[in-house]
Amino acid sequence: MSQRRTFIKRISTLAGAIALSGGLGLASTSVLAQNTIKVGVLHSLSGTMAISETVLKDVTLMAIEEINAKGGLLGKKLEPVVVDPASNWPLFAEKGRQLLSQDKVAVTFGCWTSVSRKSVLPVYEELNGLLFYPVQYEGEELSKNVFYTGAAPNQQAIPAVEYLMSKDGGSAKRFVLLGTDYVYPRTTNKILRAFLHSKGITDADIMEEYTPFGHSDYQTIIGKIKKFAGEGKKTAVVSTINGDSNVPFYKELGNQGLKATDVPVVAFSVGEEELRGVDTKPLVGHLAAWNYFMSIKSPANDEFKKKWAAYAKKMKLPNADKPLTNDPMEAAYIGINMWAQAVTKAKTTDVDKVIAAMAGQTFKAPSGIVSTMDPKNHHLHKAVFIGEVKADGQFNVVWKTPGPVKAMPWSPYIPENKGKKDEPDGKTKI
Amino acid sequence: MTFLLRLTLIAAFILPGFAFAVVPPAVIEKLALGEGEDKIAAVAEVVTAADPDGLVFLQAMMNGEVQVVAEKKQVLIVRDGKAVDAVSGAEVSPLPEGLEDVVLPNRVRGEIQSAMSALKLVSPDRKTRHTAAKSLLEGGVDAGMLTIISKALEKESDAEIKSMLVLVQAQAQLKSSDVAVRLAAVKALGSSNSPSTKTLLIDLLQKNGDDFAEPDANVRAQAQISLEAVQSRLTWGDRAAQVFSGASLGSILLLAALGLAITYGLMGVINMAHGELIMIGAYATYVVQNFFHQHLPDWFNWYPLLAVPAAFIASAVVGMILERSVIRFLYGRPLETLLATWGISLMLIQLVRTVFGAQNVQVENPAWMSGGLEMFSGVVLPFSRIAIIGFSGVVLLLVWLALTRTRLGLFVRGVTQNRAIASCMGINTARIDTWCFGLGSGIAGLAGCALSQIGNVGPDLGQSYIVDSFMVVVLGGVGQLAGTVYAALGLGVVNKILEGWAGAVIAKIIVLVFIIVFIQKRPQGLFALKGRFADA
Repeated sequence: MSQRRTFIKRISTLAGAIALSGGLGLASTSVLAQNTIKVGVLHSLSGTMAISETVLKDVTLMAIEEINAKGGLLGKKLEPVVVDPASNWPLFAEKGRQLLSQDKVAVTFGCWTSVSRKSVLPVYEELNGLLFYPVQYEGEELSKNVFYTGAAPNQQAIPAVEYLMSKDGGSAKRFVLLGTDYVYPRTTNKILRAFLHSKGITDADIMEEYTPFGHSDYQTIIGKIKKFAGEGKKTAVVSTINGDSNVPFYKELGNQGLKATDVPVVAFSVGEEELRGVDTKPLVGHLAAWNYFMSIKSPANDEFKKKWAAYAKKMKLPNADKPLTNDPMEAAYIGINMWAQAVTKAKTTDVDKVIAAMAGQTFKAPSGIVSTMDPKNHHLHKAVFIGEVKADGQFNVVWKTPGPVKAMPWSPYIPENKGKKDEPDGKTKI
Repeated sequence: MTFLLRLTLIAAFILPGFAFAVVPPAVIEKLALGEGEDKIAAVAEVVTAADPDGLVFLQAMMNGEVQVVAEKKQVLIVRDGKAVDAVSGAEVSPLPEGLEDVVLPNRVRGEIQSAMSALKLVSPDRKTRHTAAKSLLEGGVDAGMLTIISKALEKESDAEIKSMLVLVQAQAQLKSSDVAVRLAAVKALGSSNSPSTKTLLIDLLQKNGDDFAEPDANVRAQAQISLEAVQSRLTWGDRAAQVFSGASLGSILLLAALGLAITYGLMGVINMAHGELIMIGAYATYVVQNFFHQHLPDWFNWYPLLAVPAAFIASAVVGMILERSVIRFLYGRPLETLLATWGISLMLIQLVRTVFGAQNVQVENPAWMSGGLEMFSGVVLPFSRIAIIGFSGVVLLLVWLALTRTRLGLFVRGVTQNRAIASCMGINTARIDTWCFGLGSGIAGLAGCALSQIGNVGPDLGQSYIVDSFMVVVLGGVGQLAGTVYAALGLGVVNKILEGWAGAVIAKIIVLVFIIVFIQKRPQGLFALKGRFADA
């Protein structure tokens, strides 16, 4: 009996010891955690969006390494926590929740598609997290927990269509609005349709067409575009196709010989990276509207490109032999640097204080302008560039705004937006 | 004599060489340094002067060889690191500071292109003239080109080019102030089959405010007649294009489903990893492509010749390993097979992700596969798709021969019809199963090889084809090659027609609904097997 009791006792002491050592272990990791600031990186590294998002993860890691090399923030090093939501929208919310409640990250850099942003938004608002979103989007949203470092419609879509309608852009009178079937293209096209109406273009001269994510057979659509273009005045295509569908789309465009001089295609989600695997010789002259192009000549851009090339080589990234930079990479780079500046200013990583400190931050952007974070609306002031594809896959800037443009997240062309203030009021508006 | 001199100058442009242009300096300056409007005016000047030297300079601009130093108003032609002053012809070295490319927006590029075509109309080479006339016909002309076109038309002896030039001339005459000329032009355009002609004719009939774009009623009536003629011809082109794209999609579905028709149709194995066998074939193509890139760059255009057997072998080997190690233990237990192969598919995806990375890899088309065959004005059949249609036909033929004309085929048919009797006849049925599964898997690999030429190659490639493949096989009728062929082509064409009518998203839904309803009514598929079967 007593023997048995001692046995039980021993077992329980042992268990206690294990628990204690486990607890100690936990304690020691949490001590370690206090010496670093955790930074979440939430980009799809697999699936249909990996073509676009993987480099954003890499450029964020590069910026983190850079900040750490300068001694980190508030005397602490940054520690990246990289997760892969795999182009799966509900998984974005799950991974976002994991980053906030398990890893306790101070800030998250992530998302490309608007549907993924809409998926994580409730999580970040509920847990009062901080998200930096680096891609152009459709607007119609403003959350206090998000900083949008990509373009709003008036910083990309509207100027691009205005250009197509101008004399230099070919005086287009008919428009094909072509996109992937989800919230960003649908909303952008709604805004564009309203804008075109305001310019006196009727519904008969607008064709709207959507394809599923990952669509790879663009024969019919190109045929339809050709037919539509043959029915009247000068036609232009506005493409909001996202992800790897762009590769078959542009391949088909080239193979079917739809030339930019006849029907120009302006894309909002196609940059240097997406065209990497495409033979661009037949595509010369097709357009893209962005706030940055790799071909922009500025000292800040030269430095950015040099850093990126060196980083890609060092990390042995795929395609390091031909390093490319693009607009969302620039936006991601600006975002993380501005966040670092705001943390330094606020002397804490506390979300509310960092949000307050973000207002009015400036950063010398690779696009050659000084980017300013608007004091109120969580968007950057950005210059708009329109570029034409060159034979080597780079873009020639053919038009740009004279200076930075303030973002208007609530498009004035949508009637319901009347009276909405462009600053977050603490309530979600999705 | 001057004419001869011009001919040689044009020849000099056609031959690769460093021809030097003697265009008036003022024009060069406007072309290279002017704003958009100035550039277009200067291009028009070059055309009016019908100066072959201008052609050389315009070509250099299109090639991106013209560079400028804006402050010094210096215009250089830079080729292979050597620069020549465009005005004086003197060589400039070293390259001056602040050298910038001349940026040509679409509008200017379009003008230059048609100007160059107009200038090339007098080329001695028939092919050059033919291309020039064709591009003018499709790209549109300015009234300012009328002189040069008429001149070319006078000299032209080739009937085909002449007929094109008549149309080009008619297009240029639409804005003429003489009603008779316009009427004749509109009448001539009725025999055109180019979509751009249609656009021009529609423009004439449009109203600008209260007035018609074309003031004369007779001309308008004629334009209406011509428009209808052009339109009816274009409609035929459209229909042909739709059938072609349906056949193209059908051939892809056929390739993807053919392997499954053997493993599922003949052997009865529900192989959820079939899509991944396709993906392995695509990656095998990628590996072969990389090998050619690195070791045999001169032979790059012929890499598919090696990629096809490599894709077949890679997928066949993986398939045979699967059959030996997992699937053979599960024969006759469809539910377990389904779960096991689904698990295998996830493992294969992860394996590829680990080896090649999660991002898509780039499979480049060989040069002969880019571009397309212009069957009809405005209807272009891409070479890559033509190649795939041909390829799937060949694969189908080989599979049919293998199943009906070879010893292995005989055994396969014997085993699928009655395993016990076949075994009594001395056939090693287990080995036949392995070979048969290997054959089906290998064909999946061939599908992957073909798909890599038109779509994206990534670890998830197979996922998007597995549903389609099962759809085709089930619709066609299990155990039937002919059914698979009809189902694939039928689904391809129906899908494309629906897509043209309702859009890609709706088309996909309609097709799925149709198949669900069809299978309810006719579970055995289009073609049912007749006769006695061991497990029927």
